[in-house]
Amino acid sequence: MKQQQFELENQPLWEEVESLMGDLQRKRQHRRLSKQQHLQFPLLYRKLCSHYALARSRGFSPALVDQLHSLVLRGHPLLYRFKGDWLWRTLQFVLNGFPRALRRQKNYFLIALMAFLLPGVIMGSICFFNEDLIYTVMSESMVAEMEQNYDPANDRPGRSAERSSDTDFMMFGFYIMNNIGIGFRTFASGILFGIGSLFFLVFNGLVIGGVAGHLSRLGYHDTFWPFVSGHGSFELTAIVICGAAGLMLGHALLAPGQQTRLQALKRGALEALPLVMGAALMLLCAAFIEAFWSSGSVAVATKYSVAALLWAVVILYLLFMGRKDGSG
Amino acid sequence: MTERIPDSPLDTLRRYEIPEGVTLHLRVAGPVVRACAWAIDALIRSLIYLSLAVLLGYLGGLGLGVMLIGFFLIEWFYPVVFELHNGATPGKRAMGILVIQENGTPVTPAASVIRNLLRSTDFLPFLYGVGLVTMLSNRSFQRLGDLAAGTLVVYRDQNIERMDPATSTTLKPPMDLSEEEQLVILNFAERRETLSEERRQELAELLSTQTGLQGAAAEQAIYGYANWILKGR
Repeated sequence: MKQQQFELENQPLWEEVESLMGDLQRKRQHRRLSKQQHLQFPLLYRKLCSHYALARSRGFSPALVDQLHSLVLRGHPLLYRFKGDWLWRTLQFVLNGFPRALRRQKNYFLIALMAFLLPGVIMGSICFFNEDLIYTVMSESMVAEMEQNYDPANDRPGRSAERSSDTDFMMFGFYIMNNIGIGFRTFASGILFGIGSLFFLVFNGLVIGGVAGHLSRLGYHDTFWPFVSGHGSFELTAIVICGAAGLMLGHALLAPGQQTRLQALKRGALEALPLVMGAALMLLCAAFIEAFWSSGSVAVATKYSVAALLWAVVILYLLFMGRKDGSG
Repeated sequence: MTERIPDSPLDTLRRYEIPEGVTLHLRVAGPVVRACAWAIDALIRSLIYLSLAVLLGYLGGLGLGVMLIGFFLIEWFYPVVFELHNGATPGKRAMGILVIQENGTPVTPAASVIRNLLRSTDFLPFLYGVGLVTMLSNRSFQRLGDLAAGTLVVYRDQNIERMDPATSTTLKPPMDLSEEEQLVILNFAERRETLSEERRQELAELLSTQTGLQGAAAEQAIYGYANWILKGR
């Protein structure tokens, strides 16, 4: 068949595909399309593809080939696009997906936990007996500020002496920005062969353990521990989970197994993503608790009871949610 | 010494065969155009930061809280929102590029989140040092985030305007033309408006030894051949 005849015969079809694709791309028109038209698109698209292949193999003019290629290119994402029910998927994720994903990767979690806990406990114990070691991980001014914040001489336990609900909300925003940001960075730096995530885990362990040991040595128990024990349940667990997700990236690059490093990385990233998203939600909870509950002046015993409850919620949620349906 | 012929030409086209059996050609975007897009986005972002700070700064603690949450969302999810909406942030849109999956489909939510979380590592040690080195060491200009998410940044396809034939006369070429030679002639006729008149004639005169024609006549003859190839085969 000659090119002109080919064009003459098929021009109407190409125009039809083009106008249909235009409608599919625009939201408002998209809704007005009939079911018939929706079903017709794959058929028309397949014809278009075969015309493109024909034009190419018969050596028709480059402009015609380019024109058909651009139509093919435009239709491809319309046919293979992703559709999702956001609300339902999010709910499913919180109820089942996240705890399941974490249990599947429990080895990474345990390694990340050790990388965080061991330096923390060791640093904390030493700082409890040695007053100088804290200065190796924090500057003098930071230590002084921290000591002042938790000094029982302040009337209200918490980050500052006078706090209103206004300040609470500001701190809520600050905790979101700061803590979720740290969580994301702990994950992302894992792509540097896991080193970044390990660094964040160990460093945070050293600082947090050091602060806890140091303040306990000073005798600030009743201001420090009731403040941190509540939100710590969500916050510390989430940071460890972010670290575990980062370690998955590093492991994929270091020991890809039967796959190429690139394939292993892509797979690792997809498997790690639910952990990061779940941890981000946990950090959001932690920010809420820290801003509106931890800073409040409630009896120490109440604080500890709520803290115990929160820890139980986190542990039971991660261990047992989504165990139905036979999938671990 | 024998010269090795490469399997594919040295270009920035990535080929992907779709289930319909034809091959898509995706033109990947390089570091410079992506840096420009990033700079435009950085400008837009800083304007949003500034207006958030001005608007909410007066509202006390509550305003500050909302502002900080806004900062957090813009820092991490500004690209995600735009990429999921139409494949490109305003900066990328302005530069005519967009983010897609390696298989040519629109970027998925998971991939978009992965590539934008890993942005923080690509940014290290400063201004995308890691990202640039990674982009320059693979064929598709992918930074770490793109590699992990399986995404490409490609040029948006422009609308192709078909040109009317330059002449209505049909002229049989004086020699037998191979398929490749026919394509060259068609391509010349279709690209004529991107060339200056002098250059067109200069190119057309390459055939003078065969046709004996010079100047404008040589050019017109080629348009005639092009018509003959389109109609008369």
